[in-house]
Amino acid sequence: MSDTVYQGGFTNPPQDAAHAFRATMQAMARPGTIETIKGGQAPRPVSSAAATLLLTLCDPDTGLYLAPGHDSQAMRDWVTFHTNAPLVSAEEADFALGSWQALQPLDAYKVGVPAYPDRAATLIVEMGSLTASGSKLSGPGIKDSAALNLPEIAAFQANRTLFPLGFDCFFTAGDQIAALPRSTRVEEAA
Amino acid sequence: MSKNQNNLTNEQRARQARLSVLATASSDQLKALWHRWTDANGAPEYTLVRAPEIGTVMVRGRAGAVGAPFNLGEITVTRCSVQLANGAVGHGYVQGRDKDTSLAAALIDALALGDQASALDADIIGPLQAEADGKATERAEKAAATKVEFFTMVRGEG
Repeated sequence: MSDTVYQGGFTNPPQDAAHAFRATMQAMARPGTIETIKGGQAPRPVSSAAATLLLTLCDPDTGLYLAPGHDSQAMRDWVTFHTNAPLVSAEEADFALGSWQALQPLDAYKVGVPAYPDRAATLIVEMGSLTASGSKLSGPGIKDSAALNLPEIAAFQANRTLFPLGFDCFFTAGDQIAALPRSTRVEEAA
Repeated sequence: MSKNQNNLTNEQRARQARLSVLATASSDQLKALWHRWTDANGAPEYTLVRAPEIGTVMVRGRAGAVGAPFNLGEITVTRCSVQLANGAVGHGYVQGRDKDTSLAAALIDALALGDQASALDADIIGPLQAEADGKATERAEKAAATKVEFFTMVRGEG
């Protein structure tokens, strides 16, 4: 096992996790808002925001799916050492990590059941960069409208029609994070 | 874990046995032996990979050691991971809430990955193992002394 497996955890777990969780919650509550989270560092090519997100959200009860490109032995060992989250297939995943292309097909992920819509997957989508431009977002948590450079639009529109079921997404790039919950309506920019 | 038992190398088996002894050893004795070791050999340089943290684990048992496993109850456990200057990473899981003990266990594990394994086994693991064996024997003897032999009188049929 290489050294990187054991490195990259929170240096001060209670505080770092609380800060990251607060930023994560803000991002999800205000879709399109870009927040900064730091503290985690996973083996390449995982961004530090995605690593911090995994440290904050994953534990032995949450199955994690590593999409091709992010699925390396070093990453598996890192996840196991730092979070002890079980590594599962896309169909069983509570969290999935990868690039937008690698995470396809989207119908593999859990969308919850009517009695328990919370039993849905949360996708952590690694992006090249995050900017407040591109697709137009509206819905709960957004005053008027917001903008975010989403990788595509049709998939999120289809996901919106499943509401209250559906998956939720985080987008990560470097130490930046934004979120798109299933409740947000996505349109082409005017 | 048990399903992989057959695939372990001898080094892994030895490490497993060592960690098992450290995990169940008495905190005071482990620390006393560790201090004696560091006084003689010097304290190793290390960085904390995972600072000592306290949690619980579920202890499972089997009735008569053969029945279906059941959850006996949770015990408090302190764990810690360290990396030595030479890159060796050691993990310590010990019973109780003593962070120093888990740190000592992690350091012993890390040092034993190097060329000091036999010295550590002789100076620390051996005495702890002997203590544990002694306690087990003592308890078994106490239990054996109270054993009651049941027998049934043959009841006459007329």
